[in-house]
Amino acid sequence: MSFDQSLPLIFVALMGLSMLVYVLSDGYDLGVGMLLPRATDAEKDTMVASIGPFWDANETWLVLGVGILLIAFPKAHGLVLTELYLPVTLMLVGLVLRGVAFDFRVKAHDSHKAAWNGLFFGGSLLASMAQGWMLGRYVSGFGEGWNYPLFAAAIALTLPAAYVLLGAVWLVMKTEGELQAKAVAWAQQAWWPVVVGMVLISMATPWISETVRERWFELPQFIALMVIPATTAMALLVLRRVLPTRLVRGELCWLPFVLLLAVFALGFVGLGYSIYPYVVIDKLTIWQAASSPATLKVTLVGVCISVPAIVAYTIYSYRVFGGKATELHYG
Amino acid sequence: MDPLLLARAQFAANITFHILFPSITIALGWALMFFRSRWRRTKDSAWLAAYRFWTKVFALTFALGVVSGVTMSFQFGTNWPGFMERAGNVAGPLLGYEVLTAFFLEAGFLGIMLFGHGRVSERVHTFATFFVAFGTTVSAFWILVLNSWMQTPAGHEIVEGVFHVHSWAEVILNPSFPYRFTHVLLASGLTCAFLMAGVSAWQLLRGNAPAMAPKVLRVGLSSAALLIPVQIFVGDLHGLNTFDHQPQKVAAMEGVWQTQRGAPLLLFAWPDEETRSNRWEVGIPRGASLILTHDPDGEIQGLDEFKDRHPPVAPVFWAFRVMIGVGLLMLVVSWSGWWLGRRACWATPVVPRWMLWTLVAMTFSGWLATVAGWYVTEIGRQPYMVYGLLRVADVASNVPGSMIAFTLTLYVVLYLALLFAYVAVLKHMAEKAEDISPPVAEQRGLGGAAAMFPAPGGDRV
Repeated sequence: MSFDQSLPLIFVALMGLSMLVYVLSDGYDLGVGMLLPRATDAEKDTMVASIGPFWDANETWLVLGVGILLIAFPKAHGLVLTELYLPVTLMLVGLVLRGVAFDFRVKAHDSHKAAWNGLFFGGSLLASMAQGWMLGRYVSGFGEGWNYPLFAAAIALTLPAAYVLLGAVWLVMKTEGELQAKAVAWAQQAWWPVVVGMVLISMATPWISETVRERWFELPQFIALMVIPATTAMALLVLRRVLPTRLVRGELCWLPFVLLLAVFALGFVGLGYSIYPYVVIDKLTIWQAASSPATLKVTLVGVCISVPAIVAYTIYSYRVFGGKATELHYG
Repeated sequence: MDPLLLARAQFAANITFHILFPSITIALGWALMFFRSRWRRTKDSAWLAAYRFWTKVFALTFALGVVSGVTMSFQFGTNWPGFMERAGNVAGPLLGYEVLTAFFLEAGFLGIMLFGHGRVSERVHTFATFFVAFGTTVSAFWILVLNSWMQTPAGHEIVEGVFHVHSWAEVILNPSFPYRFTHVLLASGLTCAFLMAGVSAWQLLRGNAPAMAPKVLRVGLSSAALLIPVQIFVGDLHGLNTFDHQPQKVAAMEGVWQTQRGAPLLLFAWPDEETRSNRWEVGIPRGASLILTHDPDGEIQGLDEFKDRHPPVAPVFWAFRVMIGVGLLMLVVSWSGWWLGRRACWATPVVPRWMLWTLVAMTFSGWLATVAGWYVTEIGRQPYMVYGLLRVADVASNVPGSMIAFTLTLYVVLYLALLFAYVAVLKHMAEKAEDISPPVAEQRGLGGAAAMFPAPGGDRV
C-alpha cells in the first residue's frame, strides 16, 4: 500500500482515537453531571470541582474528532450529520446547557444555583442519551424498519448508564470520606444496567447488521476475536468484586476507573473491527470518503506537530490537578 | 418557508451568538496578561483584584464561546454538506489547523490559568496565561484566513467542480486577509475596552471595588481612545480593498443601483429591491465617490451590473450604517471620557456621573458594531459561498424545512436565554467584586509554598 493510500487509514485511526478519548474523558464529566442530584449541596461543589479543570479540554476532543471527519472524510461528514440532524442538535443543546451551567452555577445569585444545578443534570442527561441514539443509528448504518429505532433506543439508555458508572468510579478515585462511600454505592447500582445493556446490544448488533455478523462469526477469526468479549467480561467482573473492598477506599482507588477505561477501550476496538473498512457502514469506505492526498498531507504536518504537544500538556494538566479534588480558586 | 433561507438563518443565528464571546476573549486574554504584569511590577493589590475579577469574566465568556463553537463544527455538515465536498481541500486544513494549534492551546492551558495559581510556579502560570491569550489570537488567524479566502479566493484551481490548492501562501495571504484580520483584532480590542470601561463605570456608580474599578476604567478608556482612530483608518483600507475585489458588496453598502460618477454618500435611504432604487435619500453629494476612488467624480459600479449576482441590499446597507454609527459614537465617548479622566488625574470619582452612565450604556457597543460589521461582510458575500465561484444554494443540505425551522427555534430560544443569563450574571459578578487587601495579596502573589494555602475570601468554584 502506497503512502497516499495509507493516509486515510492514519486519519481514521486518529479520528477513532479522538472519539475514544472524548468518550472516556467527557464520559466521566457527563456521568458526574448525571449523578449531581443525588448528592448534598457541599458534595455537589466537590463533584464539580473534580471535573472543573478538565471539561473544556475534554469537550475539545469531540471537536477534533468531528473536525477530522469534516476535513479528512467530508462525504461521510455530510452524510452522517444529515442523517443524525435532530439527535446532533439535541446533543449540542445538552452540551451547551451543561457547559454554561458549570460556570453559571457558581457565579449567579445563590438563589439561582439550584436551577443551574438542574440544568447541569438535564444537559448531561440529554447529551448522553443523544450520543447513545447516534451511536445506535450509526452502527446500524441508518437502517429503516421497526427494529432499528428499538436498537438505537437500547443504546440511548445504556450509554448514559455507562457514563454514570464511569462518573461514579471517577469520584471514587477523586474524593474521600462520605462522598467516596456514596460513589461506591452509585457505581454498584449502575453496574447492573450497564452489564445487561451491553449483553443485549452485543447480541442484537450481529442481528441488526449482516456486515457485522459476517465480520465476527467466521472461523477462524471468531476464536481470536473472542478475546475481546472475554477480557471485557473479566474486567467487569473484577470491577464488581473490588468495588466493595476496603482497598478501593484507600490505595487502589484508581483501580475501578482504570478497569472501566479498559472496558470502554475494548468496546471501542470491537466497534472499530465491526465497521472497518467502512466509515459509514455498507455505504462509504474509508477510501471512498477521503479527501485528496494533498489535503491529508498538509493536515498531517499540523497533526504531527500539535498532537504530541496536546498529549504532553494533557498529562501535565492531570498531574497538576492530580490527587483528591479540592476546592478550586480562581487566581 | 424556504429551507435555504432557514438554513442560512440558523447558521447566522449560531455564528452571531458565537462571535460575541471570542470578540471579548481574544483581547481580554492580553488584558489579563497586562493586569498580571502590572501586579508583578507594582505590587499594587488593585491589579491583582483586577486580574482575579476579569479572569472570572474570561472563564464565563470562554465557556460560552466553547459551547457555541462546538455547535459550529457540526453545522458545517448539517447545513452545508456540499461546502466541504467542493471546497474541503482548502477549508479542511484551515479548520484543522484552527482546532489543532489554537483551540487546544486555549482549552489545555485554560485549566491551569484559571485554577492553577498556587499549584504551579509563577512562571508556569504566566506562561499558561500567555498561551491562552496567544491561542485565542491564533484561533482568530486561521478562521479569518478561511473567511477571507471565501471572500477573495486565491491560490486554488478548480478541477471537475472541486477546489484544489496550488499555493498555500496565496490561500493564506489572500487579498482581503491582512485587512480583515487587523480589522477584527481591533474590533475585539474595542469590544473588550468598552466592556471593561462599562463594567468598571457600573462598579464606580455603585461603590464596588473602589481601588480596582478606577484602574480598569482607565485601561478601558485609554485603549478605546487609542484603538478607535486606528480602527477607523484600517476600516477605510478594508473598504477600499472590498471595492477592488467585491464591487457589488460596496454598491450594496452605499446603495448605488446604477453605475454613476460622483455618487453621493448616503446618510439615510430606503433601498427598494422591487423598483431597484432608493427612497427618501439624504446624502452628501459626491461623498461616496470621494471616499472610494479619492476623486469626487470617480465611477462606482452599480448593482444593476450584477443582476442575480448581488446581495440583498437593505440589510447590507443598514448594517453598514449601524457599524459606522457605533464607531463614531465610540470615538466621541472614548476621547471625551479619556479627557475627563485625565483632567481628574484618574483619581476617584474619575469622571462625572453622566459620563459613567454613558459608559455603562456603551458596555456592549462593541458587540453591536462587530455583529453589524459581520453582517455587512457575510450578507454582502451572498449569493455566493465562495465569492464568484460557488453558490450557497448549491451546497445546502436536503434536510426538510420544517425540521430546520424546529431546530432554529430551539437554538434561538436557547441563545436568547443564555445571552440574558450572561448579562445578568456579569452584572451580579460586578456588584459582588471586592478589592483585595494587601496582606492577602502578598500571600497570593508569592507563589510556591506560601501560595499553597488557599486565600481567605478566595472564590470557590
